[in-house]
Amino acid sequence: MASVVSIDKLTKTYENGFQALKGIDLEIEEGEILALLGPNGAGKTTLISIICGLVNPSTGKVLVGGHDVIRDFRQTRSQIGLVPQELTTDMFETVWNTVNFSRGVYGKKPNPALVESILKELSLWSKKDSMLRELSGGMKRRVMIAKALAHEPKILFLDEPTAGVDVNLRREMWQLVEKLRANGVTIILTTHYIEEAEEIADRVGVINGGKLLLIEEKAALMKKLGRKQLRLELSEPLKALPESLSAYNLTLSDDGTALVHEYQGEEGQGTIASLLSTLAAQDIHFRDLSTRQSSLEDIFVALVGQKVGEDA
Amino acid sequence: MNFEAIKSIYVFEMARLQRTLLQSVISPVITTSLYFIVFGTAIGSRIQTVEGVSYGSFITPGLIMLTLLTQCISNGSIGIYFPKFTGTIYEILSAPVAMTEIIIGYVGAAATKGLIIGAIILATASFFVEIRIAHPFMMVLFLVLTAITFSMFGFIIGIWAKNFEQLNIIPMLVVPPLTFLGGSFYSINMLPPFWQTVSHFNPVLYLVSGFRWSFYEIADVNPMISLGMIGLFLVICLSILGWIFKTGYRLRN
Repeated sequence: MASVVSIDKLTKTYENGFQALKGIDLEIEEGEILALLGPNGAGKTTLISIICGLVNPSTGKVLVGGHDVIRDFRQTRSQIGLVPQELTTDMFETVWNTVNFSRGVYGKKPNPALVESILKELSLWSKKDSMLRELSGGMKRRVMIAKALAHEPKILFLDEPTAGVDVNLRREMWQLVEKLRANGVTIILTTHYIEEAEEIADRVGVINGGKLLLIEEKAALMKKLGRKQLRLELSEPLKALPESLSAYNLTLSDDGTALVHEYQGEEGQGTIASLLSTLAAQDIHFRDLSTRQSSLEDIFVALVGQKVGEDA
Repeated sequence: MNFEAIKSIYVFEMARLQRTLLQSVISPVITTSLYFIVFGTAIGSRIQTVEGVSYGSFITPGLIMLTLLTQCISNGSIGIYFPKFTGTIYEILSAPVAMTEIIIGYVGAAATKGLIIGAIILATASFFVEIRIAHPFMMVLFLVLTAITFSMFGFIIGIWAKNFEQLNIIPMLVVPPLTFLGGSFYSINMLPPFWQTVSHFNPVLYLVSGFRWSFYEIADVNPMISLGMIGLFLVICLSILGWIFKTGYRLRN
């Protein structure tokens, strides 16, 4: 797939000396859903802000659809829709006016039918004449999305889209994201809720301390970094790990009632069979067994924790 | 040129005027009427004429300028400060709009509002005193140039201001004294020579003097110098704006 956004050695140092980005290289592919994970202050919002033209980069280059975001800002920005993290609205405006304003500012001719369909899609149609300050937080979030979609962008940035959003809206939002993707829209979302990335993204990037630690297909990432755990609840507690089992990566729980076997991804499947038969041969019986796969969250914590440790 | 965007910003800003009609239009009218009653009637009854013009008529151009300056600065500054304050400015900054288009939208709307209010005050004044306009074309030119220049000045303040106090300090604390001391209510020929010289350092003097000349053909300074000074202020504001856009000062940093 062709890359729709390409970022080359991007850095940003703010006036107060804070270095938010320390050399980011990233290719975003057309039509994908990319999740950028990272703790607060990792540089996610700065990165998005530079692509959207809100913040000037210090060094490096960003191309959107082959155009430079500084020099050809008209071409790049008209392709981009942004839903920022903060709920910022003109309190005294109506929903209808503010969404139409967004379309106009992006240089598009008025299209009431399109705006109507966007508002209906987001369950905002009945509120179209309400002033924004009368709306609930969730409704305001919908308005922000409607504003970002009003000029029919090809690339949509969702910065922490589900912060403070209830379950229903969250589900609706993901349905909308799927629909947009089906229409060929590229979606980049930042989050520190890992489940979100896990649920929806095609690729996951992890940012911390202004650096892109990794970027990977979600499935591949889970496979590569996901650890699996097999836990055997023993019928009879063991005092110590028998010598014969030392070949396996095993740990005995403190009370001796459980054996835990850790392995990486799929490579461990063969060992499990041999472990179980060894156990049977040793006359060690178990009454229950369970396996669990580490989630993106575990991967993320391990990765960020490790890298933070490296820096120190 | 993204004309759709200019139109959107302009219409959006003008809609704000409709919402705040009472505050934007009625209040300057009441204030000006009070000036007429206090200065025109109470003091005017003792002064009677200044350089052959009745006192009430004499102060009318100055009063229009006073309101025009205050309104243009405050509209120009609030127009851009408010989105900055609420955060909605993200949208304009991430839209495919050049800075010149943002200015034309905001400054155009602020100047239009100022001109509407100026026209209303002129109409109000004609109820109190006799108004004669000797050079209507020059009057409109002075009015329009001043409105644009000071709306730009307001826009600059709106970008510079970090809080409401800074936003209000110039329209509240700097403009009124300059206007009062700039010959709005008297001819500087009535001052001692030393203060006449000092007055020439007051930019508002040139605005009021030139504007008054277009009414009654009396002026404290040559009207062409007045026009030149307005042009100079315009160029200064444009240069500051140019610098702001080049550096992204307080907008993209």
